[in-house]
Amino acid sequence: MFVRGLKRKCFDGEEDIEGTLAGIKAIPSYNLQRQSLLDMSLVKLQLCHMLVEPNLCRSVLIANTVRQIQEEMTQDGTWQMINPQSTGQASLDRLVSTDILCRSSREQAEGKHVPGYSTFNKDFEGDQAQDSSETMSTASSVQAPRNLQGHVWEMENPQENKGNFQKSLDQIFETLENKSPNSVEDLFSEVDNSYYDLDTMLTGMMSNTKMGHCDGLETFSSTTTTASNSNCKSDLNELDHIVEILVES
Amino acid sequence: LAGFGHLMQDVLWCFGQVKGTIDIGVTEADIISTVEFNHTGELLATGDKGGRVVIFQREQESKNQPHRRGEYNVYSTFQSHEPEFDYLKSLEIEEKINKIRWLPQQNAAYFLLSTNDKTVKLWKVSERDKRPEGYNLKDEDGRLRDPSMITMLRVPVLRPMDLMVEATPRRVFANAHTYHINSISVNSDYETYMSADDLRINLWNFEITNQSFNIVDIKPANMEELTEVITAAEFHPHHCNTFVYSSSKGTIRLCDMRTSALCDRHAKFFEEPEDPSNRSFFSEIISSISDVKFSHSGRYIMTRDYLTVKVWDLNMENRPIETYQVHDYLRSKLCSLYENDCIFDKFECVWNGSDSVIMTGSYNNFFRMFDRNTKRDVTLEASRENSKPRAILKPRKVCVGGKRRKDEISVDSLDFSKKILHTAWHPSENIIAVAATNNLYIFQDKVN
Repeated sequence: MFVRGLKRKCFDGEEDIEGTLAGIKAIPSYNLQRQSLLDMSLVKLQLCHMLVEPNLCRSVLIANTVRQIQEEMTQDGTWQMINPQSTGQASLDRLVSTDILCRSSREQAEGKHVPGYSTFNKDFEGDQAQDSSETMSTASSVQAPRNLQGHVWEMENPQENKGNFQKSLDQIFETLENKSPNSVEDLFSEVDNSYYDLDTMLTGMMSNTKMGHCDGLETFSSTTTTASNSNCKSDLNELDHIVEILVES
Repeated sequence: LAGFGHLMQDVLWCFGQVKGTIDIGVTEADIISTVEFNHTGELLATGDKGGRVVIFQREQESKNQPHRRGEYNVYSTFQSHEPEFDYLKSLEIEEKINKIRWLPQQNAAYFLLSTNDKTVKLWKVSERDKRPEGYNLKDEDGRLRDPSMITMLRVPVLRPMDLMVEATPRRVFANAHTYHINSISVNSDYETYMSADDLRINLWNFEITNQSFNIVDIKPANMEELTEVITAAEFHPHHCNTFVYSSSKGTIRLCDMRTSALCDRHAKFFEEPEDPSNRSFFSEIISSISDVKFSHSGRYIMTRDYLTVKVWDLNMENRPIETYQVHDYLRSKLCSLYENDCIFDKFECVWNGSDSVIMTGSYNNFFRMFDRNTKRDVTLEASRENSKPRAILKPRKVCVGGKRRKDEISVDSLDFSKKILHTAWHPSENIIAVAATNNLYIFQDKVN
């Protein structure tokens, strides 16, 4: 039996559970479903920057969802870290603060560092380091983001208006790219590129008011609690710390 | 007060009127964004995305035509809010009317509050049926007369004229909200009102426009820590010191303004424990409360979240006393509804005059009523097909699985672009107003 990739099509999982082996369709695995939900949420947050000020309630709810997914992925150890061979650059890949994604142009105009809000869950601060030999982030990676921070905020042009949010995001990523060619790729590695075609996304989201193709994800009714200890808890501490630095006001 | 009264079957809802165009393409500006009866039910106000307010007035019941119970006809139309541009943020401020709230009538004029995302306005709606005539310095057309031609003076007199209804903005309450206003509520003292945005609630005096008191502030010092916003707020109908506000985490806080100037600490905290068997990544989103309303009696509050309506007793904080499923068949579709953003739709809910029945909207232009006494519920539809005068509305049913019966509609056939977010119930009669996109439907119970 094989499992087909999820991409952007979902299958109706409910019927298949009862199906025979012969007639079985592929059901996206829970991890794939969860990943897809995470990707969808991140894109939603990016798209929140429109002509009118984004709906704060919606943004907060989406950000909380992203945080939840990240927490769970951290707990079951599926949270992907960057390649340790890369030049110790911050693993900014996944844990991009919603602040970065969702900064209002006001903050940009004022050149302030006040973020919208961060996805970070301070709960991570409580977790203590695990086996240090398994940690991937190093002291050097902590240093680099400090340099990065100043550079990133400087790059942003306070005069940019809201329509250029995407450009700002690109500027941030440009910076990352200058430091480490791998980071940007990691950022987008598992995301379907068509998400970043704004027109596609907007058309898909705005006009599609019937049921989406999401049926397979509907079986997502409960989160499984895998008991595996995370090897990445200390990594997360570092990451948390790194992003705190990045977004600190 | 009328209510369902006896059994649900005793009340048959009939089509009354529909306002709005039948065009296939809906102009965005015509989408109705709020509906509200005044305290007597004589007036019905709607606000739309284009910033306009339309007020309907019920005509006097005529003895000659007893079957035509007072129809609602247009009484006044005015542009309440205009689109604005915030130059500092480079963002547009929508002119959409988020809420309208009436003040109780104290003289011949009517007063209402209307608000968009940033500014609240007090409007005076008054009638003029007399006109002064006989000015000395102007002639009847308004042109100035040559003073040297005037040989005698006269006293202007008031003469009858065709009724004219004029709306004038009496107060503008601006620059007090950084975030988007979601609620306004008139206090029972009729001297103050509150406006609530995502993070703050302000108390205003009707007479003072250049300052307001901040009574709730949940903005964290560090915005990175923001995880919860205010979604709705309302004053208690009788106790002018008490109000409630709901949050995106499904909680309700009751505050007493007598305890401190800044009501950061609630007097009561209403939250239902989470059901662990239903937990998913969407649990928090669907628990977000989109509307909170006190009962007319002031003893209960009703909240609407994505899938349910709940009634809470003010004396019991740990769980609601009643929970009604609005469209539980959507529970297995939450991911699709998240993808198309429908999961963020904010449905409102209303009480009938006697607090015995509650009503809220759903998709496919369906709306639901729940009788709190008999525990019966009904699903009705606001559609042009059922728009014959006095036609009785047929209950609708959504088929959740298995064989679909002839009159049922399957979940996958529901039209999610047709959402009933705003409804209103006459304060003392069985007359309801239902906003379906750009159309306003008025239904009433069958006249026996």
